[in-house]
Amino acid sequence: MFLINCPFCGEREQSEFKAGGEAHIVRPKQPTELSDDEWAEYLFMRKNIKGIQFERWNHAHGCRKWFNMVRDTSNDQIKAVYKMGEKPPVK
Amino acid sequence: MKKRYSIFSLIRNAFSYHENWEKAWKDPEPKKEYDAVIVGGGGHGLATAYYLAKKHNMKNIAVVEKGWIGGGNTGRNTTIIRSNYLWDASAGLYDHALKIWESLSQELNYNVMFSQRGVMNLAHNLQDVRDLKRRTHANRLNGIDAVYLNIEEVKKFCPIINTSQDIRYPVLGGTLQRRAGTARHDAVAWGYARGADEMGVDIIQNCEVKGIKRNGDTVEGIETTKGFIKTKKIGVVAAGHSSVIANMAGLKLPLESKPLQALVSEPVKPIIDTVVMSNAVHAYVSQSDKGELVIGAGTDDYVSYSQKGSHDIVEGTLNAILELYPIFSRMRMLRQWGGIVDICPDASPIISKTPVKGLYFNCGWGTGGFKATPGSGDLFAHTIANDEPHKLNAAFNINRFVSGDLVDEHGAAAVAH
Repeated sequence: MFLINCPFCGEREQSEFKAGGEAHIVRPKQPTELSDDEWAEYLFMRKNIKGIQFERWNHAHGCRKWFNMVRDTSNDQIKAVYKMGEKPPVK
Repeated sequence: MKKRYSIFSLIRNAFSYHENWEKAWKDPEPKKEYDAVIVGGGGHGLATAYYLAKKHNMKNIAVVEKGWIGGGNTGRNTTIIRSNYLWDASAGLYDHALKIWESLSQELNYNVMFSQRGVMNLAHNLQDVRDLKRRTHANRLNGIDAVYLNIEEVKKFCPIINTSQDIRYPVLGGTLQRRAGTARHDAVAWGYARGADEMGVDIIQNCEVKGIKRNGDTVEGIETTKGFIKTKKIGVVAAGHSSVIANMAGLKLPLESKPLQALVSEPVKPIIDTVVMSNAVHAYVSQSDKGELVIGAGTDDYVSYSQKGSHDIVEGTLNAILELYPIFSRMRMLRQWGGIVDICPDASPIISKTPVKGLYFNCGWGTGGFKATPGSGDLFAHTIANDEPHKLNAAFNINRFVSGDLVDEHGAAAVAH
């Protein structure tokens, strides 16, 4: 368990949040024009990084808003949180 | 040839205070080249090496393990073995494993303490009842033993369950697979390691893979902390770290690695002589031979490699356990731990070739890989040796995420994934 600094509500327990998986996967503009391989890549394939990962979270039991997070998955340390549509503050 | 374990060897070694037992496996340095290298010295990896040597006559092979053998998820699971899966593909895979379990101790000359004490799955609402009845029928059509139990039969089979209809998620019935049960997880790794070692397999511990060398679409070898090892065939059985190894080879897998927790209580006298699992409230419990209650919790929903999980997951599981077994209310928990499980979008495993020639993956077992250990090793060995899947693991190829032919057991397996 760790604390998450919701960009809208401030610091709350992680159990209030729902993880939404890898961030910055853009939905293809024309899904009908994709090959099966490209659709599988978008739908299923994940980097699943051990280390610094960019991911989406939802404050499910709070403001219910989505936001992004930069987190080290090897030790669960949160490096940054930022709003949807913003550029990641760290590389 | 290793000396056989028996009652006589036990007595003989008692006279020398058990100080002269032969080493179960050597601790060799890696050779320059192998015919095949298995990455990951857990149960699945060691079983793969064992069957490669035994059934496919590949003796010049190695298992490389970054820590010590059986120190990962093999030693962290709740040791439940069953094969009552809904879909034909899964039923075939898991029952193949269960059949090997039934004679594994004899085959390995190593007591894996396989105990067919039965696994009971509970239903808590009308939909559960329908799903479990459907699964019972599907199991029986596939030749897998399964019976549906009503409330009285559940109570009779496991008397400490609270079958009061006044609780939040009352027990409405359940299924029972009598051939299912548990085994000693460490012994499985050790038994396979001893058997593989006897046939000439090098088991190399404290040897972490740092890179996979490719020449175009073919593998050439692995970079490890103990130097470069040349090989034409690499079988990766790295559980939670499968994606990390895949990245080294320039591949992406449809996996997410998440913490899964388990805990054991202080040891008590025998109180529960079976395994009881509940899908709806996600609680399952059995009792080890030492007397500890072995309790499995759920996964956290975020990616993590930290082998720690959230406290609220454990709390939720224990709430469910206490509602179902009020008798445990004053038990104290002794230990709690986490393992990193690699979960596929369809919660079914991958035992498959990859687009890279000579690179094979056995991964995606998620929360339920232990039960499949012997079958997984057998089928993965077949896939590596023949460069073709066995008919039992053909459905578990990596290409199913492109074709859409998923093996979707999410809700149908005994525990929600």
